[in-house]
Amino acid sequence: MTYAIAQLAAVLATALFIFSLHWMNDPKTARRGVVAGVTGMSIAVAATWIQPEIVHHGWIVLAIVAGFIVGVPLSRVPLTAVPQRTALSHAFGGFAAGVVGTAEYFLGAGENPAQLTAFRMSAIVAEVILGFLTFTGSLMAAGKLQEVKWIPQRPVTYPGQNVVNVGVLVIAVALGVLVAVHPTAAWSGQVFSAIVGLAVLFGVLLIIPIGGADMPTVISILNSYAGLSAVAMGFVLNNKLLVTAGALDGSSGLILSVIMCRAMNRSFTNVLFGAFGTVQKTAALGAQKVWKQETVEGAAQLLEQASHVVVVPGYGMAVAQAQHKVRELYDQLTKRGVTVQFAIHPVAGRMPGHMNVLLAEADIPYTALVEMEEINPEMQQCDVALVIGANDVVNPAARYAKGSPIYGMPIIDADKAKTVLAIKRSKNPGFAGIDNELYVQDNTWMLFGDAKAVIGELVKQLAGGGLH
Amino acid sequence: MIDYWSMLFVLVLATFIGLGVIRRVSRLLYTLLMSLTNAVSAIAVVGSIVVAGADYPGTIRILGAVALFASMTNIVSGFLITDRMLKMFKKQ
Repeated sequence: MTYAIAQLAAVLATALFIFSLHWMNDPKTARRGVVAGVTGMSIAVAATWIQPEIVHHGWIVLAIVAGFIVGVPLSRVPLTAVPQRTALSHAFGGFAAGVVGTAEYFLGAGENPAQLTAFRMSAIVAEVILGFLTFTGSLMAAGKLQEVKWIPQRPVTYPGQNVVNVGVLVIAVALGVLVAVHPTAAWSGQVFSAIVGLAVLFGVLLIIPIGGADMPTVISILNSYAGLSAVAMGFVLNNKLLVTAGALDGSSGLILSVIMCRAMNRSFTNVLFGAFGTVQKTAALGAQKVWKQETVEGAAQLLEQASHVVVVPGYGMAVAQAQHKVRELYDQLTKRGVTVQFAIHPVAGRMPGHMNVLLAEADIPYTALVEMEEINPEMQQCDVALVIGANDVVNPAARYAKGSPIYGMPIIDADKAKTVLAIKRSKNPGFAGIDNELYVQDNTWMLFGDAKAVIGELVKQLAGGGLH
Repeated sequence: MIDYWSMLFVLVLATFIGLGVIRRVSRLLYTLLMSLTNAVSAIAVVGSIVVAGADYPGTIRILGAVALFASMTNIVSGFLITDRMLKMFKKQ
């Protein structure tokens, strides 16, 4: 009877999870998606808990309470910290899978060696390797995103790095095969521990050479690893619900990774094994040209007289926490009848969809957020393109500079607007370390300073109305 | 004996459904998609409950409880933050 309940619950939960993701296809129905997800999860937990084999309840209650105590504050982080939180939750997911795999192995080895068939052992090894590499890899990513002091932000590379990385993984897998064939030998426990250690190490090594601009892709890849480790856990525990939910998570991470890679014109292997920051600098194309600086007054006037303004936000907007000031600017301009749109590059920011969330937080209607492919054909009619803390995603060198690391990357055609206003903190090049000729174009005017402060000044100018 | 073939069957079908459904997710919501799938894949919680609650040796059950805590954190924070961010997406 309880078996039937468990199976029925698993089927129901699977259906609810699929609906949950299905409803994410539109912001209007998405909250229904969350309700479906919560319901599916509650059903699955309840059906598992009432199984007769569950005889100890103390630690379950304790762990659930602790999960709430840590989980609730984690859901209340500022939205600029969402990439770190996401990386952290990939780490937790990987950790849970790794720990359960370890427990299952030592349980089998200690009590019931017959359970450790070669196939099941392979699943356990896969679960443990995927779980622990996701754990440390995501922790490293979260640390980089949070700018923790002792984790270098810049990509760290050394000669033979890829050989070392692949070597560590190959050794882990080889030991895995060994322990799968001999699960109960006297040395198997130590070998298993070595696998755990190597997976932990591999996760760290994998993320060390990755820089901030690659984070959207890396977070997506880690997302799919977390899903795959849940799938492996499903195989270990003979639980189809784990397999389906893990597959949904894995395919989501996979699709996001593919989209992010395409948006940077790079391949998976290139992101993971071709550290971005080390690429040679291309000849400075605009070396002889100079910046033209614009005053706040002049910029306000340009914006006011425009009929179509396209804002191109980048990570700089997130760093400066400028989204609320951007909203004020949006209000001032729309009040004057100016059409204001936001051009969102898929990899702008530090994770997929980062810009959308920040702008939504500032109450900018999502109908004003336009994807790159849709806005680009309109850029020629655009009077002013206002670039806020974006750099590589608007660099025209991506179209033709073959030696450039961003060559071939689709960009937002900000340079085609009649006038370009660019807000930039300093005169340093962007993350990829490449000069951006957009800034020295004839129709480009620079506003140097903190994005929040500069936009605040612009808003003050527009609100003061002293421009006539 | 576990029927691995039917598990594999389920994995393949679920992956195809996942690819089909996720491909249609609004691009506006990619950050939220990630926090939601994070919470959903924390379904690993059902495995942890068994390891933590069945009649196993104490050390094994402690490992189960630790894993249960990690999954539960993901469930709680994942669903809550998805909902919190969704409330911010307004049409006008």
